[in-house]
Amino acid sequence: MLAKRIIPCLDIKDGQTVKGIQFENLRHAGDPVELAEAYARLGADELVFLDITATQEGRGTLVELVRRIAKVLNIPFTVGGGIRSIAEVEALLQAGADKVSVNSAALRRPVLLDEMAKYFGNQCIVLAVDGRPNEQGEWFAYLNGGRILTENRVLDWVREATERGAGEVLFTSMAHDGTKGGFALDITRAVSEAVSVPVIASGGAGEASHFLDVFKTGKADAALAASVFHFGEIQISSLKNYLFEHGISVRK
Amino acid sequence: MSEIAIIKYNAGNVQSVLHALERLGKTAIWTDDPEKIRQAERVIFPGVGEASTAMRHLQERGLDQVIRALQQPVLGICLGLQLFCRHSEENDTACLGIFDVDVRKFNAGAERLKVPHIGWNTLQDFRGPLFEGVPESSFVYFVHSYFAEKTVDAVATTEYGKPFAAALQRDNFYAVQFHPEKSGETGDRILDNFLKIK
Repeated sequence: MLAKRIIPCLDIKDGQTVKGIQFENLRHAGDPVELAEAYARLGADELVFLDITATQEGRGTLVELVRRIAKVLNIPFTVGGGIRSIAEVEALLQAGADKVSVNSAALRRPVLLDEMAKYFGNQCIVLAVDGRPNEQGEWFAYLNGGRILTENRVLDWVREATERGAGEVLFTSMAHDGTKGGFALDITRAVSEAVSVPVIASGGAGEASHFLDVFKTGKADAALAASVFHFGEIQISSLKNYLFEHGISVRK
Repeated sequence: MSEIAIIKYNAGNVQSVLHALERLGKTAIWTDDPEKIRQAERVIFPGVGEASTAMRHLQERGLDQVIRALQQPVLGICLGLQLFCRHSEENDTACLGIFDVDVRKFNAGAERLKVPHIGWNTLQDFRGPLFEGVPESSFVYFVHSYFAEKTVDAVATTEYGKPFAAALQRDNFYAVQFHPEKSGETGDRILDNFLKIK
């Protein structure tokens, strides 16, 4: 049976992980390669690396980092953050990334998704969407890490993007991100039912029951979180045991 | 003579296979030279891409004939498995016909399946040298929209909507639909088993 996936997300800046990641038994907690290996050992099903480097020099560092990660990691990983061209995608895939995620660039120029799918196949194209509801409760997609509101309604956008070529959707509720109060269940479910590709839910994980809710009620295929894993608030193995006991298929 | 040859063609993701072999302490050459492929002790035929483009590329270089005639252990991965089959629904493509089975697309509409089939799924009813020492119901990583039907050549089954062939074998030809190079310890084991086939 297909397992629900648990995906830790690592923010990368200039080739190092950011946010004070607290991991026991690691000599260099800031080294993404060592951290990636540790997560794979601990039972992560997949990893996402989000590059928040602003400079061009930093982008070169990213490709080199992806190459190092690919050498040691025996589970799949996705790389995202500021990707806007076919050439960048090609460099990251050739360096060994399994998938790339695109967000703002696809909103600005949706045909990028068609081009990416044509060159590389939709299986390696993840559409990342940052969404937030307006006062009427209608969800819209945001650009630039959530700073700029677009006219794209979340459900219309994910439908269009997956028809164009995205093979997976990573949906983050900005209203829930960082709150630790649970995932955005209604909109995640609506996204999952709107598209025929897998959906990764993100934003709001604080405890194990939140993951159960987003799989059962939110109909997500995978759930992504950062700080609860980095700070050891949730152990992946105990999370999976909990989910398994509650009838969720997980890889153990 | 090289120990392992990975067939070079226009369907990629060769890096991760090379890395997995390196983790197992092996080196491989990536080549489209028929002579080097024929002489290798093992041949790996990986692939992520589209079937008709890949088949045309192989035919233009005569690699379709080279592959069919190989005598040593050969391992097809993902699209590699599909190209070993008779025919693929992906752009109505005649394939290599090593396995007497057709490749179909998962039906997203009728069964409300998410397509591509992405993620970790279980191996069932497996047998043969590839799966030596692999525990029943082990999880492996899949990324695909097309699948080979479960027929007599199937040596492992996975269920997604219905059972399909997770692995096929006939004579010296082995093939897996999942990605052993991305399937954690189970995948490492399966690759290592392939390298040890006598």
